[in-house]
Amino acid sequence: MELRGITKRFPGVVANHDIDITVRRGTVHALVGENGAGKSTLMKILYGMQKPDEGTIAVDGEQVSFHNPGDAIARGIGMVHQHFMLADYLTVLENVVLGSEKLYGIGDRARARIKEISDAYGLGVRPDVMVEDLGVADRQRVEILKVLYRGARTLILDEPTAVLVPQEVDALFDNLRELKAEGLTVIFISHKLGEVLSVADEITVIRRGTTVGTADPANTTPKQLAELMVGSELPSPETRESTVTDTPMLTVDDLRLTATDPDGVVRAVLDGITFTIHKGEVLGIAGVEGNGQSELVDAIMGMRHLDTGVLTLDGADISRTPTRKRREDGMAVIPEDRHRHGLLLEAPLWENRILGHVTERPNSKGAFLDLKAARADTERIVREYDVRTPGIEVTAASLSGGNQQKLIVGREMSHAPKLLIAAHPTRGVDVGAQAQIWDQIREARREGLAVLLISADLDELIGLSDTLRVMYRGRLVADADPATITPEELGSAMTGAASGHLEAPAESGTDAESGPDTADTDPRDGGEDR
Amino acid sequence: MKKFDKERLLLGIAAPVLAIVVAFLVTALVLAATGKEPFSAFGIMFDYGVKSDSQVYILNKATTYYLAGLAVAVGFRMNLFNIGVDGQYRLAAFFAAAVGGALTLPGALQIPLIILTAMIVGAMWAGIAGVLKVTRGVSEVVSTIMLNAIATAIIGYLLQQGRLGHLDEAGTKISTTPLPESSHFFEFPTTPTPVWGFIVVAVVAGIAYWFTLSRTRFGFDLRTVGQSGSAAEASGVNVKKMVVTSMLISGAVAGLVGMPTLLNDSYEYSGDFPIGIGFTGIAIALLGRNHPIGIALGALLWGFLERGTGKLEFEGYDKEIVGVIQGVIVLCVVIAYEVVRRYGLKRQQSKVGAELAAQAARNSDQQEVSA
Repeated sequence: MELRGITKRFPGVVANHDIDITVRRGTVHALVGENGAGKSTLMKILYGMQKPDEGTIAVDGEQVSFHNPGDAIARGIGMVHQHFMLADYLTVLENVVLGSEKLYGIGDRARARIKEISDAYGLGVRPDVMVEDLGVADRQRVEILKVLYRGARTLILDEPTAVLVPQEVDALFDNLRELKAEGLTVIFISHKLGEVLSVADEITVIRRGTTVGTADPANTTPKQLAELMVGSELPSPETRESTVTDTPMLTVDDLRLTATDPDGVVRAVLDGITFTIHKGEVLGIAGVEGNGQSELVDAIMGMRHLDTGVLTLDGADISRTPTRKRREDGMAVIPEDRHRHGLLLEAPLWENRILGHVTERPNSKGAFLDLKAARADTERIVREYDVRTPGIEVTAASLSGGNQQKLIVGREMSHAPKLLIAAHPTRGVDVGAQAQIWDQIREARREGLAVLLISADLDELIGLSDTLRVMYRGRLVADADPATITPEELGSAMTGAASGHLEAPAESGTDAESGPDTADTDPRDGGEDR
Repeated sequence: MKKFDKERLLLGIAAPVLAIVVAFLVTALVLAATGKEPFSAFGIMFDYGVKSDSQVYILNKATTYYLAGLAVAVGFRMNLFNIGVDGQYRLAAFFAAAVGGALTLPGALQIPLIILTAMIVGAMWAGIAGVLKVTRGVSEVVSTIMLNAIATAIIGYLLQQGRLGHLDEAGTKISTTPLPESSHFFEFPTTPTPVWGFIVVAVVAGIAYWFTLSRTRFGFDLRTVGQSGSAAEASGVNVKKMVVTSMLISGAVAGLVGMPTLLNDSYEYSGDFPIGIGFTGIAIALLGRNHPIGIALGALLWGFLERGTGKLEFEGYDKEIVGVIQGVIVLCVVIAYEVVRRYGLKRQQSKVGAELAAQAARNSDQQEVSA
């Protein structure tokens, strides 16, 4: 497949210009670039959702022009979206045939075809399982199978690893290699440069709407690649000078939270959670998503009532305090799902700046809003936190994910927080914004902020945290020293394979920084239930 | 930045105008299909609608409709569908009329007392739905519509002789005891008929609605819940409390709906007290996009349509045609808003993207020069 001189203009401006990409058949071709660099526009053009103003697309040497995704599929180009589009209450078979009933019917012929594809590429998809019973990785394989079932020979994968743990990523890459071996072409979009390097045969870097270069994964380091991507020196998440103090900021003592299943069974979603975060400390929680991290955040924020346990913030018992009071008292939150919990998408930026801090200055005086001050402060946040926007009257929905996140970080940092709960603070955020957010967290930590960091990005967890805990099935099963642990070890603890204190290999204990971490956390809850 | 604002205003006006134009076209088709000449019908409506007595009629009707629209809009801003405005205002007007008829205080005391009674009764009635929603998860759509029926039954039961009913001298009509002269609300002495003084209250209510929603913390919380319940909860709003509070407010405003009629016109609650205004309020709130000025325009339009079609009957047209126009307007409005909203959002997104790309391109040019 060849793209030549692709240019896409939006009224008055150019979003993509002179994009040249050549994707060879039977390769994994990675496309990397910051959010807003023009990757999504390009993908939409490739997938027939938008028409380029200039330039040509050629598939197998033949010029084509796509008017809709149907045309693209007919040419063998299929897209696996970042957000899965599966119906939970249908089986895998039903999901796959949905909308393509004409291909192989909906019965045994379709099932046989699914089996055939699944076996051919080692996808291991079981056609008669309900999608709701599948994990994230399995769902992704169903999505891939869906595209293959429709006859795609070229797959576009949009940030496929964002939702996976390291082991699952490896499995996905094995699948991709199988696809490649069968002569299929994969276009792989990602932010995670290490992964790109490990799976791609060729890499194209996009910056500010145009292709800035290609890289050969064999002799490129992630750092070089990232620099090509952002066009400058790149920071890392690592914080090695310790700022941990002895003053506890948040103490969680024997927290237990139960939930009732639809069929009436009460089960504990959080049990025996005990930890302390000191001023200037970042406590990282590792874990496969769905093991109680969201519930923990909800419990600390006061959105769910504790069954038992005591929460203490800066010496005050807040176990029964309403959410608003907790926020006023210095709890800042970067929520896991910023669209659902952190923003009013259809409201202007300045209203989003008020969100969550409506009772505090500069947003209000007494019972009345101070629109002028709120607007002025929004301008300040936009400036200081480098939120790229044409103004503060645009809706939050019009910003890219990274800029939305920068706005949230700016807002939360503007009220002199004592505790920051950061759930996946850089998820779906481009490299430039990621570095800024890390800097902000580090900066605030230096000034005595306590941070509860929850992340699926293990490099981020290890790099930023002073102390690490592993959460598995609602319990903290293991603790680790971020100075010595490797992502692989952490990954295996996340699957429940290891517990207790994760001993670092060979050179453990030699690192001087490891001192404060383990000393002031309570090892009691680590793995006692196993 | 001003550009975005102007555009938003333009898009905001585009939807209702589009809807009204389409509604008139559809109505013209309906009229043509029944073998009548459509455009002369519109001519008649318009000529008659702008006469001075019609203007008074329209203003008085619109006063009632405006309050009904506001009552519904308070719920809409919260994503609550208060279908029960109808039962709330009737029950409120009934008890207010009963209280007013039973007392003979000076007007300065009695009128506020009557209005307050109405607001409290309306709030309580709506509050039932609010409490049911937060404690038992009952949809307010279902509970308020049932409460409408219950209100009808309660009024029917109490509006009897020996209870709160009062038989007039001719012995033909049962109503609450008529209000004393002192409780009649003032009027503007316009000719040929007076404009109800309650229009002032309606305007004040509109201003209070605007101010509360856009300038107070409470209003911000309320709008937050309406836009995203999950974000509101995370931001520290007690969503359950907010549901109950906004139902109470919606009900209190609904309590005002019957007041223009009671205090400026009928002075009693009888079997011919206007019904169904709560539903009109839903249409008007939709048409006015829950905006205080939009609702006012919607209320005036509704009054105008009703006035105009009254005349159509004399000219040999079917008066049901107004129902067709109103129905089609509401349908078109709902569709047009959604279309315009999505279009506006998309347009803004691509615009922002475009502006940023332009900025970035400028920056990168500079960088490349300096590099």
